[in-house]
Amino acid sequence: MKGKKYTTVSIPMPLCEKVKEHIKDTGFTSVSDYVTYILRELMSNSETNNSGDFTKEEEEKIKLRLRSLGYLD
Amino acid sequence: MQAHGGRIIERFARNSQDLEELAYLELDSEVLKEVENIAYGIFSPLEGFMGKEELEAVLNEMRLPNDLPWTIPIVLPETRELDVKEGDTVALKFGGKTVATMNIEEKYSFPKKEVAKKIFKTEDASHPGVRGLMDGGEQFLGGKINLVSTPKTEFGKYALSPKETRVLFKEKKWKQVVGFQTRNVPHIGHEYVQKAALTFMDGIFINPVIGKKKPGDFRDDVILDAYDALIKNYYLKDRAVMSILKTRMRYAGPREAVFHAIVRKNFGCTHFIVGRDHAGVGNYYGPYEAQEIFEEFPDLGITPLFFRKFFYCNKCEGIVNEKTCPHPSEFHRNFSGTKMRAALSEGKKPEGMMREEVFKVINSYENPFVV
Repeated sequence: MKGKKYTTVSIPMPLCEKVKEHIKDTGFTSVSDYVTYILRELMSNSETNNSGDFTKEEEEKIKLRLRSLGYLD
Repeated sequence: MQAHGGRIIERFARNSQDLEELAYLELDSEVLKEVENIAYGIFSPLEGFMGKEELEAVLNEMRLPNDLPWTIPIVLPETRELDVKEGDTVALKFGGKTVATMNIEEKYSFPKKEVAKKIFKTEDASHPGVRGLMDGGEQFLGGKINLVSTPKTEFGKYALSPKETRVLFKEKKWKQVVGFQTRNVPHIGHEYVQKAALTFMDGIFINPVIGKKKPGDFRDDVILDAYDALIKNYYLKDRAVMSILKTRMRYAGPREAVFHAIVRKNFGCTHFIVGRDHAGVGNYYGPYEAQEIFEEFPDLGITPLFFRKFFYCNKCEGIVNEKTCPHPSEFHRNFSGTKMRAALSEGKKPEGMMREEVFKVINSYENPFVV
């Protein structure tokens, strides 16, 4: 597809055959589509919670603003 | 909850430079909102306006070139021809004042009809999103921006950044937060959906879209006042928060539903309510197409909560939906937006559809609708 870059990943043939069977009548049109879907799901699940978006000092400043606006008591 | 792409992007100018010498583009108020959304991380991981490669990836794949889901183009039309080349810095002005700078990485053209077909699934100029897109030329500027100053805008007390909402949720000890997108005043059906979701969550983040809408939609100030009245009278103080999302409605249905979810993920929501015909207009999209599209995004990082159409059943004596009510349609009363608008435009309370407190607020406006 236009502008999209792809690479090849090798999987065992028996597994490929099983996947082909598994995706019949599911809406997935190829083993590649299915593997891409599963990998995206797995990668997304491996994301960790991130508490490092703000420093302690920044957090205190934000709390002051939230109090002044009435969002916090 | 991680921001989309892993972290909240902030794009603020750190060094003062002589901005007066720069070539400049004057922004309208809607593009200004997008500049602010990029700068404050509401559109994380975007750092600026999209270049051609990003635009093509969004149109064709509904993803950024790095494979992250993204469904709506964020582009800057070159509204007047600038004598600039790649690598130059330009000023972005609003009301004659420089609000941001932009490093030009690319100047490119793109056929808007193709954008319309992919995003809105139509080229029909009567679609409000298509009409908005077709205004102006087909030249775009791509590149990172840095916010220099934020002009004072209306509804400032409701404008929270993702960092602020994340601190707020943390302070409230909310781990599971459901986002609710709205461009309407609340009726009892909305309240029911919100409370149904809230039953399983720690808190609800009500996030009205403030920006250009189509004639006949409710005015921004009316929506905010109406929600204030609802929250004050019908929600627990520590379970509901409202702040605004300053962006225009695109009416892009399914694609916009995913975009709305991504934005709420950046605000720190773990879940997002997607109702019937989310961000739709007319009959351009199927009633549940905006829910079905989420099947294509196992890696969105925010969980959509799908709701069917709710209605009142005289037999059940309560608000129900097609999954919960066994009675035929003659017992049902729909929360019809058309009926609600008709009653409100005559100064009448839409019976059985709206809280008294909400109605009073709306009725205090001479004309609650966008003209």
